Formats: sequence, structure tokens, C-alpha cells
Amino acid sequence: MNALVVSGLQKRFGGVMAVAGISFAVAPGEMLALIGPNGAGKSTCFNMLNGQLRPDGGRVMLAGRDITGLAPRRVFRLGVGRTFQITATFASMTVRENVQMALLSHAGEIRRFWRPAAAMHAAEAQALLARVGMDGQAHRAAGVLAYGDLKRLELAVALAHAPRLLLMDEPTAGMAPAERVALMRLARDLATTGGLAVLFTEHDMDVVFDVADRILVLARGELIAEGDAAAIRADTRVRQVYLGSGVTTGGH
Amino acid sequence: MNFLLLQALTGLAAASSLFLVSAGLTVIFGVTRVVNFAHGSLYLLGAYIGWSILTRLPTDPGWFVLGILLAGAATALLGLVLETTLLRRIYRAPELLQLLATFGVVLMVQDIALKIWGAQDLALPRPRWLRASVILLGERFPQFDLALIAIGPLVLLLLWLLFTRTRWGTLVRAATQDRDMVAALGVDQRMLFTSVFALGAALAGIGGALALPDGSANLQMDLSIITDAFVVVVVGGLGSLPGAFLASLLIGLLQAFGIVLIPGATSILVFAVMAVVLVLRPHGLLGRAQPVSRAEAPPSVVRAAPASLRWAGVAALALAIAAPLVVGPFALSVLTEMAVAVLFAASLHFMMGPGGMPSFGHAAWFGIGAYTAALAAKSLALPMPAGMLLAPIVAGTVALLFGWFVVRLSGVYLAMLTLAFAQIVWAVAFQSTGLTGGDNGVLGVWPAAWAADPRVFYWLALAVCLGATLALRRVLGSPFGYALRATRDSPLRAAAIGLDDGAIRLAAFAVAGACAGLSGGIAAYSKGSVFPSFIAIGHSVDALLMVLLGGVGTLAGPVIGALAYTGLYDALLLATDLWRFALGAIIVVLVLAFPDGIAGTAQRLWLRGREA
Ligand SMILES: Nc1ncnc2c1ncn2[C@@H]1O[C@H](COP(=O)(O)OP(=O)(O)OP(=O)(O)O)[C@@H](O)[C@H]1O
Ligand SMILES: [Mg+2]
Repeated sequence: MNALVVSGLQKRFGGVMAVAGISFAVAPGEMLALIGPNGAGKSTCFNMLNGQLRPDGGRVMLAGRDITGLAPRRVFRLGVGRTFQITATFASMTVRENVQMALLSHAGEIRRFWRPAAAMHAAEAQALLARVGMDGQAHRAAGVLAYGDLKRLELAVALAHAPRLLLMDEPTAGMAPAERVALMRLARDLATTGGLAVLFTEHDMDVVFDVADRILVLARGELIAEGDAAAIRADTRVRQVYLGSGVTTGGH
Repeated sequence: MNFLLLQALTGLAAASSLFLVSAGLTVIFGVTRVVNFAHGSLYLLGAYIGWSILTRLPTDPGWFVLGILLAGAATALLGLVLETTLLRRIYRAPELLQLLATFGVVLMVQDIALKIWGAQDLALPRPRWLRASVILLGERFPQFDLALIAIGPLVLLLLWLLFTRTRWGTLVRAATQDRDMVAALGVDQRMLFTSVFALGAALAGIGGALALPDGSANLQMDLSIITDAFVVVVVGGLGSLPGAFLASLLIGLLQAFGIVLIPGATSILVFAVMAVVLVLRPHGLLGRAQPVSRAEAPPSVVRAAPASLRWAGVAALALAIAAPLVVGPFALSVLTEMAVAVLFAASLHFMMGPGGMPSFGHAAWFGIGAYTAALAAKSLALPMPAGMLLAPIVAGTVALLFGWFVVRLSGVYLAMLTLAFAQIVWAVAFQSTGLTGGDNGVLGVWPAAWAADPRVFYWLALAVCLGATLALRRVLGSPFGYALRATRDSPLRAAAIGLDDGAIRLAAFAVAGACAGLSGGIAAYSKGSVFPSFIAIGHSVDALLMVLLGGVGTLAGPVIGALAYTGLYDALLLATDLWRFALGAIIVVLVLAFPDGIAGTAQRLWLRGREA
């Protein structure tokens, strides 16, 4: 069964049709890239998938279950992890505490009022940080991290509850090219060995063509192309959209 | 039918007065983003200055109008001084510090007015034309109130013309929508802000002077009008002039008919309407979500206290325990007061610091706890421990119910709703004379025989208050405490990792209410009596001052703040009869000099170069 099936998903902001009724599916172990120029509707789509925005139309099915319009915290419980385009972390906590927070929530231990949290799930959190290469900075304040490190921390947080679906909105922004590849290889590895379904957006086409199994191209809220790297490279409409906006490779 | 009409007219007259004051407040907020507590003081000064002018002028209507306008000009001038000396320096400060600084001004003005005009209420001798009535549908209606009714829409019209037909007005509207854009246009912001503030001050002053014929100039009018004006501005939507007009009508009529429908409980009606409006429209009737233009400093990371601080704490505790063996009865009563203050401040810090919910009405919970304990002793004849146990239970339960409205709001709206709620609790305590004794309070709440010795009671208070404070601290280090901070730091991330932010905030609100209630219960037995003043705005501000004085960002802050503030307060009371003025001045200076509080400043110095 598909991990995620989206059908006819739609969202409008006033006069702007941000997402115009798109349909696609992600299989377990698959890495699906959602690309498109600025303002294409990628983040809006992500926000509807994890419940942050209520769609105006369409359905979101997670492993066969309808999760359309469910609150983000419920979507999390059903096994969806996400990172944000503009990173969202807990600035008054250390890097490790950020991850512990997700572990505590997953373990249903938030209602504990007495036991000190600092020691709970510490080793587990440290292991997650090691996976994204952040274990050396475990005790730094999250508020003072470099942008690329924040992105890495977000990934560790998103992986804390061993999700079945991972949504990553521009996970490598602010990183050096070598770091980008390393991070995406990690996601690739999780998908291949652990059966994690990954949906991500990315402006760096080298990264996209390197790791994605399949690519969706979104422009002005509409899906204009779908296929593997070779097919997308060859697609004339995609070329048009990208040449039109002047982006072919690299970040912004 | 006629009666209803008269009541409606009375309501409209009240709405006009309310609008004059609220219009100034909301315009000032729209442009400067400062919630100006001192607006009530300008209203008060308008009344007193108006009295001084009008009693020296001939009493014809023409001179009367001139006198009112002169009072408005005088307050405009005072507003100008206030803006250039104080407000200008705090535009970039956090909201709560702005509220506090302007409250400092309120305290200073109270003493200044007392010195100049004395403690008596000053009524205006009313010439015949002011006392005249007209006959409407066979009923007499004061002519002056009829004029008031016309003034509201007239002022709205004038302001509307000013804001739409002049270049200055266009700039003000632009600044209300987007401050940074106006700055980018190269407009002299300082002049714009100063002139807006002066205009708002003039409106407040005229409002105050116009209150003279139907009332008097008195020293309580600043806080009573500011609460109403806050309600109007919040219900209408911060910064919205038409919103303020609508809300003035709503509140004015509500008060007029409320007096008939449920005498003595109009404030509850007003509060209920405010709560409903804010639940349906979290930014008021015509308000919009405010663009966040003030860059708040990110919260600094919370770490375990350094060992030296822990030892200092242990040493202070040892001293506190040993104190009764050496100090006299007066010092002992101050120490008991300090123990109570520490828990009161810690409970506010719990919701305001880690919880990010600033309350301007924390005294409500303290008061509910105190009255619960007192009434348990006097009306139910329960033993002391039962009263002390009931205090947090009742306060926590009420907080749980009321919190349902509160936790969905944020920032100024949240602070104002808590303030309004505290005013209701105050009104209930003040008006239910049968149960609470009204202004006379509940007297004779004495500790049990085994705790009658002041030293024993002090040790008990110390154990309970410090125990509860340490428990709060422990909770902040628990998964729940972390989750609470998580919802404050990033609601988006908190939701994405499965945290239920409403439930977490509500639980924190109830815990804070229960702990404040406990401190109130102890205070009831330590003072032996309970008065409505326990719930007054001033007492809520005490708690805020303690927390902000100590520093919101640290766990030791509220404790240090409570000790410093209580000490300062008692010292001032002893040293000078101008203690309000002195306290207000100290608040203003502290806000200007140490925006992070004592503990926050110490922490910054300590961390300098260490955090990387
Ligand atoms: N909350 C909102 N209110 C109004 N319009 C919005 C909102 N969020 C997004 N939009 C609009 O919807 C469209 C899609 O925005 P979205 O952020 O989804 O694009 P994107 O593909 O993620 O772009 P980028 O690559 O820049 O991140 C844009 O036109 C944007 O202006
Ligand atoms: Mg985006």
C-alpha cells in the first residue's frame, strides 16, 4: 500500500490559487521530490499534508487512512515527521533537549510533572543527533546555531518518532554543497533500508537529480510534469518554467 | 417603553465619554504600539485641571466650552512632555515593560495630584443651565447628557476628517498599518509620534473635564476609566478608531441596561461580552492581526544554576529559618510577607516566563485564595489547615474554567482579558457585602492555636511558600515544564511534534492560579483579615513588578524580585508619605536602565563570553 495518497488537493488564498487540485502518491521506501519555482505552492502543499492548513478541497490518505483536516499533533501521532522551510526549533533549549522534547512527546510522557526531563531519553537523543552529524553540538543553545545546523537539528527532531512519512521543506538550504549531498544521502539511506517514505522540496537540482526516485514539478499550483530525472530533464514545459524564472541549478 | 428610551440615552451619553478616552488610547496604540496605562492619568489630570480652570471662569456655556478646551490643551502639553521624556525611550522595549513604565507614571501622577488638589473629591458648582433638563416623551432628561451624546459622533467625524483629509492624518494611518514603511519614506517619525501622543492626551483631558458636571475630580478616576477604556479598545480591536466607537456604544449601553437587569453585577456582563467577542474574534471587532515589527530578543537557553548560586540559595534559606530567633516582631511580619510574595511572584512567573502568558490580573487568584481561606474560617468554621488547602483548590478550579477563554489569546489581548477578569473578581468582593463584608473586608481570620505564635506561623508560611515555589521550579524541569516552554518558543514546532498547546497552556494557567491562591490563603491568616484591595490592579502590578524586577528569563528571578520589591516597598512606606511617587519613579528608572531585570542582568554579565 502507498504510504501517502493525495487526490485533488486544493488551496486558495483570496484570489491566489496556491495549490490547484493536485494528485500524487508516495510509496514506502520512495524518495519523491516536489520541485517548482518560488511561489509554486510547495510549502502550501506540505502545510496541508501535516494539517497546519485546512485544504479547500481534496483528500489526504496516510497508509489508507483519511487524515484530511486533522490537527498537526494528530498527524504526528500517525507517523508523520516534518521540517520547515523557515526552521522552527525551541530557542530556549539546547540542541539535545530539542530532540528529547520530540521523544518525550512520542513516548506520551508530557503529562509527567515531577521527574526531571533532562535525563530522559538522553542517550536516544544523542544517537539521533549523531545520525545527522550534530552530536558534537548537543549542549549548545539551539538559538545560536548556524542555519545549516538548524536544518540538521530539525531533521533529527523529525526522525525522533521513527515516522513512516517524512516531509522536508528545503532541508539543505544554508548548507555547503558537500553537506547537502551527505544529508540527502542519509535520507536516502533511511528510505532504502527502513522503508521510510520521503517527500521533499529542494531548489538545488543537483541534489534532486542525485537522490530522488521520482520528481513532481509544480508551477502556479498545478502539477506540470512527473517522472524520473531523465524525463524531467527532457521535459520542455519544465524547461520553460525554469528558464522563465532563471533558475536551473544551485540554491538561491 | 419610555424608561427603556431614557436608559438607552443614558447609555449613549456614557458611550460618548468612553469613546473620547478610548479614541486617544487606540490611536496612540495604533501608531506607537504602546499600551499606555498613563492614559488614565491624563484623564484624571484633565478633570483636575478642568476644575481649576472652570471654577475661576464665569459660568456661562461659552466660558464652559472654552474651559474644557483649555483643559484639553493643558493635557496635550503634559502628554508632549511625557512622550518626549519617557515613552520615546521605550518604543522598542517589550510590551510588558512599556505597560509597567506607564504604570509607574500612574503612581507618580496620583501623588502629584494629591499634593496639588488634596484628597477630597472636587465637584463643580453647577449653574442652572448645567442642571437643566428637557422633557422627552414625558420624562426629564439632563440637557448636558444630550450634549454629550452629540459629542461622541462629532469627535469621530472630526477625527475621521483629520485622518483622511490631511497629510498628517494620512501619515498616521500609514504608520498604523506599517511603521517601518513610514520610516522608509523618510518621514520624521519622532514628530509624528509626539503629535499623535499629544492629540490622544488632549482627548483624554477633554474626556476628564467633561466628566466634571455629572461627577467630580477624584483620585480613583484614573484606574477606573483606564479599565473601561482598555475593555473598549480591546473589544473594538487595538488601533481601530471605528472599532473603538462601536465598542464604546456596546459597553456604554450594556452598562446602562446592566444596572437595571442585574444591579451590582454590570462588570460581569461587560466581561462576559468581552470574553465572547475575543473568543469569536481574537483581535477584537474591527482589529487585525498585528504585524510583528518589534524584533523580540530570542529567549536565552535555560540551564542549571551555577553551583555558587545554589550555595547562596542554601545560605539564604538557613538565614531565613534562623531569623525568628534574633529579629523582632515587625521584621518577622515583613519576613512572612516576603515568603508569601515569593510564591505569589513565582506563580506568575510560571505562566508568564516559561508559559509566555503575561497576566495583568494575577491578584485575582491571590484574592480568591485569600477570600476562600477567610470565608472557610468565618462562615464555615473550618480549621486553618482546611482553609489553606481549599484556597489553592478553589483558585485553581476557577482558573481552569476562566483559562479556557484566556489560553487562546496572546500578548496584550491576553493581558487585558486577565485584567478585566481581576476587576470582576474585585467588584464581586466589593459588592457582595453580605458575604465578604464589602469594603470592610473579612476580619478576625486568626491562625490555629498551635500556630498562634508569630514565629511558628512564620515557619509554617516559609515551609509552605518555599515548598510550593520549589515544587513549581521542579515542574519547570519536568517533561511538562519543557513542553510548556516548547509551546512558547515555537507553537509551530510544538504542534508538529504532537504537543497539545491549548491543553498545556491551560494546565499551566490552572497551576499558576492554584499557587497564587495558596499564597493568598497564607496571607489571609498572616494578616488576620482580607480586603478587596488584595485583588486591586495595584496588587496585580506588584506581582508583575516582582517578576520583571527579578527578570523573566531566569528561574531565580521571581524569588530575588519578590524579596527586593517587598523590601523596597516597606522601606518606602516607612521613609516617605510620597511613597507612590517614589515607587513610580523607581519603576520608570528601572525599566529604562535594566530591561532584563536584576537576575537577567546578572545572568548576562555572568554569561558574557561563556555562551557560544
Ligand atoms: N498564508 C498565506 N496567505 C496568503 N497567501 C499565501 C499564504 N501562504 C502562501 N501564499 C501564497 O501562495 C502561493 C504559494 O506559496 P508557497 O509558499 O506554497 O510557495 P513555495 O512553492 O513554497 O515557494 P518557495 O519556493 O518560495 O518556498 C504564493 O503565491 C504565496 O504568496
Ligand atoms: Mg516554500
